Amino acid sequence: MSNSQPTAQERFINGILPENPTYRQLLGMCPTLAVTGAMEPAMTMAAATGFVMISANVIISLIRGLLKPHLRILIFTLTIATFVTIADRFLAAYMYEMSKQLGSYIPLIIVNCIIISRCEICAAKQGVGTALADGVGMSLGFLLGLGSIATVREILGSGTWFGMAVLPEAWPDWGIMVLPPGAFLTLGLLLGLVNWLGNRKKSAGTP
Amino acid sequence: MTDSATTPDRAPALHVAPSPHLAQTAFHTRGMMIDVLVALAPVLLATLLVFRWHGVVQVGLCVLACVAAEAVLCLLMRKPIAVGDCSAAVTGVILGLSLPATAPWFVGVIASVVAIGLGKVVFGGLGYNLFNPAMVGRAFVMLSFAGYMGASAYVVTDSLDVLTQATPLTMAKQNAAAWAAGQIGPENMPEGLADIRQFWPLFLGTVNGSLGETSALAILAGGLFLCLRRVASWEIPLGMLVAGFLCAALAQWIKLTPLTALQFMISGSFLFGAFFIATDPVTSPLTPWGKFAFGAGIGVLTMLIRVLSGYPEGVMFAVLLMNGAVPLLNRWTIPRPLGAK
Repeated sequence: MSNSQPTAQERFINGILPENPTYRQLLGMCPTLAVTGAMEPAMTMAAATGFVMISANVIISLIRGLLKPHLRILIFTLTIATFVTIADRFLAAYMYEMSKQLGSYIPLIIVNCIIISRCEICAAKQGVGTALADGVGMSLGFLLGLGSIATVREILGSGTWFGMAVLPEAWPDWGIMVLPPGAFLTLGLLLGLVNWLGNRKKSAGTP
Repeated sequence: MTDSATTPDRAPALHVAPSPHLAQTAFHTRGMMIDVLVALAPVLLATLLVFRWHGVVQVGLCVLACVAAEAVLCLLMRKPIAVGDCSAAVTGVILGLSLPATAPWFVGVIASVVAIGLGKVVFGGLGYNLFNPAMVGRAFVMLSFAGYMGASAYVVTDSLDVLTQATPLTMAKQNAAAWAAGQIGPENMPEGLADIRQFWPLFLGTVNGSLGETSALAILAGGLFLCLRRVASWEIPLGMLVAGFLCAALAQWIKLTPLTALQFMISGSFLFGAFFIATDPVTSPLTPWGKFAFGAGIGVLTMLIRVLSGYPEGVMFAVLLMNGAVPLLNRWTIPRPLGAK
């Protein structure tokens, strides 16, 4: 079984660009749209999701021999919920303001389909090393997705990046970019750009 | 035999061709758009008379930006440059006429680029867009720059006289609560409200507002020309006026607004929307009853937004909302073919 599965290195690379969770799989759209108004909440969300994803992948991979087929989704959910609770309490204790700002989106990591799909696709079938590489790769891919959208939205919408002013004082803030419509517009345009670049590369590769 | 096949002047008398059978070859996109520009001429004249150079600058800027955006985006998409069909110019004029007189230059430019780019080109160009491009552009800047586009942005103290007063709908909105509570009435009106509760200024257009919306007379003249030329479908403005009037009469009756139904209809951009914005052939339904329902929907939504929301005017959002319902209206109102049961 394992010889047909991708290796750890392939899993890691796939997660970042070829199977990017945001731009290729279009998974985890809820946080992608909701918390990317600025870089700071977006990066906090990416870090929390990454922590849960890597931890859940490792644990599921370690107990994969014990999984019963009809109970596996339940075990995935319980494992993920454990780490989400840890992340949620950690943020509430050490980053209270950010925890308030992200609100229910931290508890909602539990239903983030990227994580459960990685448990199902990779961790439940492959060894710890591969599952770890997969979790790290996917987390970096998610970070890239959230970061690119948040960069566009924060710079255009507030003239800042991570709270630092990057555009001159005279810049008129595009209020729509930090509102929900800005999230949909930015995601759609960036998705189009990624597809366009991908198609160009593909057509350049074939003679 | 071979002779007749090669000489073009001996064409067969009976033409057999697949549809569409165009009777009027002059009725093409460019001709339609030029008709719209002709119909907009009285509105532009009224704008020039009321807002002077403010109107010229704003509309000119929007037209230039729209045409430039269309040319650049067509180049980028490697499509033939469609500037020649004048649709970008029409979008620019309508967009410019829907902006406040003193909005800064970048508001018009950003609205134009968004109108052409996000409103039209990303969908595949003219004929494929779901939403009215000019209104997409206006909604973008409305949500982005509330400070330059909101009700307070219309009032400028150190400029033309007409710009120093609040727009009729803002005035109506501010006095609506007191009117409903009976604290003010036709006998004891505050001064500003008494000024706008007059028919002739509203009809001729000597009131504040977006550049093209103030003069009901100019809009009716241009709009009737459009309907007579069949560039605009008369069902849409009719539906909008009927439904709008019923709602306005209801609002007057239950005292939701201090304006009478007629004043409520001819103030703001209701008429401009009915004749020039809602009648965009691409983003309105195809069937006669669909067109009527589309217009009626815009009329009702506009009045609901005006009376019940925080915004003084609602034509833009009403048009965009009903644009989204167009495929459904088309499907619901397919006409029955002759002889079908």
